[in-house]
Amino acid sequence: MRKLSLIQIKENQKARVLEISGGRILQHKMMSMGIYPGREITKLSHFAIRGPVVVKVGRGVLALGYGVAAKIIVETE
Amino acid sequence: MIDKIFLLGNPNVGKSVVFSRLTGVHVIASNYPGTTVEIAKGYLKIDEEKIEVVDLPGTYSLESTSKAEEAAVSSLKECPKDKSAVINILDSTNLERNLFLTLQLIEEGFSVIVCLNMWDDAAHRGVHIDAEKLEELLGVPVISTCAITGAGIKLLIERIKEAHPSPKNKLSHEARWQEIGMVVETVQRLTHRHHTLREILEDASVKPLSGLLISCIIVYVSFKIVRFLGELLINKIFDPLFFDIYQPVLERLSLALGQKGFIHHSLIGELINGKIDFKQSLGVLTTAPYIEFAMVLPYVVSFYFILSLLEDIGYLPRLAILLDNLLHRLGLHGYAIIPVLLGFGCNVPGILSTRVLESKRERFIASTLISIGVPCVALQAMIFGLLGNFGGFYVAGVYLVLFSISIILGIILNCILPGYSPELLIEIPPYRFPPLLILGEKLYFRIKGFLVEAAPIVLLGVLVINILLYFSLLDSISGIFAPVIQGLFGLPKEAVVALIIGFLRKDVAVGMLMPLSLSAKQLFIAATLLAISFPCIATFIVLLKELGLKYLIGATGIMIAVSMVVGSILNFVILR
Repeated sequence: MRKLSLIQIKENQKARVLEISGGRILQHKMMSMGIYPGREITKLSHFAIRGPVVVKVGRGVLALGYGVAAKIIVETE
Repeated sequence: MIDKIFLLGNPNVGKSVVFSRLTGVHVIASNYPGTTVEIAKGYLKIDEEKIEVVDLPGTYSLESTSKAEEAAVSSLKECPKDKSAVINILDSTNLERNLFLTLQLIEEGFSVIVCLNMWDDAAHRGVHIDAEKLEELLGVPVISTCAITGAGIKLLIERIKEAHPSPKNKLSHEARWQEIGMVVETVQRLTHRHHTLREILEDASVKPLSGLLISCIIVYVSFKIVRFLGELLINKIFDPLFFDIYQPVLERLSLALGQKGFIHHSLIGELINGKIDFKQSLGVLTTAPYIEFAMVLPYVVSFYFILSLLEDIGYLPRLAILLDNLLHRLGLHGYAIIPVLLGFGCNVPGILSTRVLESKRERFIASTLISIGVPCVALQAMIFGLLGNFGGFYVAGVYLVLFSISIILGIILNCILPGYSPELLIEIPPYRFPPLLILGEKLYFRIKGFLVEAAPIVLLGVLVINILLYFSLLDSISGIFAPVIQGLFGLPKEAVVALIIGFLRKDVAVGMLMPLSLSAKQLFIAATLLAISFPCIATFIVLLKELGLKYLIGATGIMIAVSMVVGSILNFVILR
């Protein structure tokens, strides 16, 4: 089990959210969009040079800017 | 008794479609989050009683994070809870995420009716929801609908009066998600299905390489279709109508009016070589309708056809991912591409939709860039029509210049304005294929909207110019600006009239250039200046409304400065 940010895991890898290391507003926003501690997510793609990260959460697909993705800490098996 | 019904739900669940079904009021609906940025109101009749229905912008929770969400939440909270009902619309294909807002609404004590929309699409994707069980668990009415076909709407209306507050304990966010997990576990059943072509395309368009390839193909094909359709409409329908049917009628009218005098001049305009010339006569019955119907309308039709198609399929948010990186350098994030694309149709809805952006700084940058670097379809059609005669090279050149200006100006604004650019955070919708009828309806309303707004101003603009010409009043006006227009931009001094009338409408402005027989270089400079200098009055008003006077003055200053610099550079350096 390793603790990584969403940036660091590979494409098509599954991971479980550990924490959102941002301010209250970001935590709130992520929470209401379905990204919360304990949630399983799959990284779909990552765009080069600090580009956005696309993840699958439940049945939806979310695009997160690089800065947001870096704040989402996950654990992988 | 309730007197207000709010439609509330996550972005892109079909609230606007439900709204149109309930009230008969047409509002633009698309397949991307953030289509609705303004609050729309209509009326629904239940048992002989008229109830106001309010369509709110989408929101993920009752704590707002953008201007559009803020508008939704605050207007909901303003109305007393016992006087209103909330129809909470959910996307059945993504029940879990949607329930977060539902539970929040119930906890807060609103009278909630849950509307499980896109029921057919969910079944298609192997998602089966037990609506009765959900109703039991939530303690509020649950109705499954497919708003786009109208299925379930009647039942929804019948059950509105069953809405009642059933407040529960307020949960923490974590506890709420736990609760949702349990609810979903009980009511939702998934059947496994193989990947369809649609899902493969959905995935491919969010990966860097395949996504870029797909976007290049889509942009290229869209552009080709817009041109092809536009030219087809002009050559096969509008030009024959004007030249073969309308012109003989006008020739007769011209004779009847004695070919001179004030009435003849204002209706028909100048005769060119003894004949009516739609492009040069400048009469209210000649040039005005020709500009609007034979030059601009065909491209309005073809542009909005493609835009509406891409909107409804759900492709646009995917462009946002691809462009996020570039737009960050301009102080924006990827989703700013949506206002920009709408701006290519008309700057007004483009600037309105900057409300999907979070900060005032972003909205200022986006609005300024749209009003300077994004020509509306009316202006583009005229540029095609006039500059196209000199070759596609010149047309492409105008776009290249505008693109470069936007990038440079964006980078400068991002450097000098204090603040930061927020991060992209959007949901990527699945591809959906709209029924042709729905697409046709949307196109019809957009074209109608264009004609209603444009036609009177075009007539007025041509009339004003016509009268000024008749009394030879233009010379004194153009004399004042001659040093700038002639000296800096290398244009004949009469071109100033075009720049001034551009404040009214851009298409008429280019029309004013037609009788001047400009060279390719002059036309290139004039067209570019028309795009970057003052936006038309409608855009100005919406800028004032959205940004406030202080920011509007700032934006105007930028426009004047950019016009001066770019006009001179083009004249003295690039096109020497």
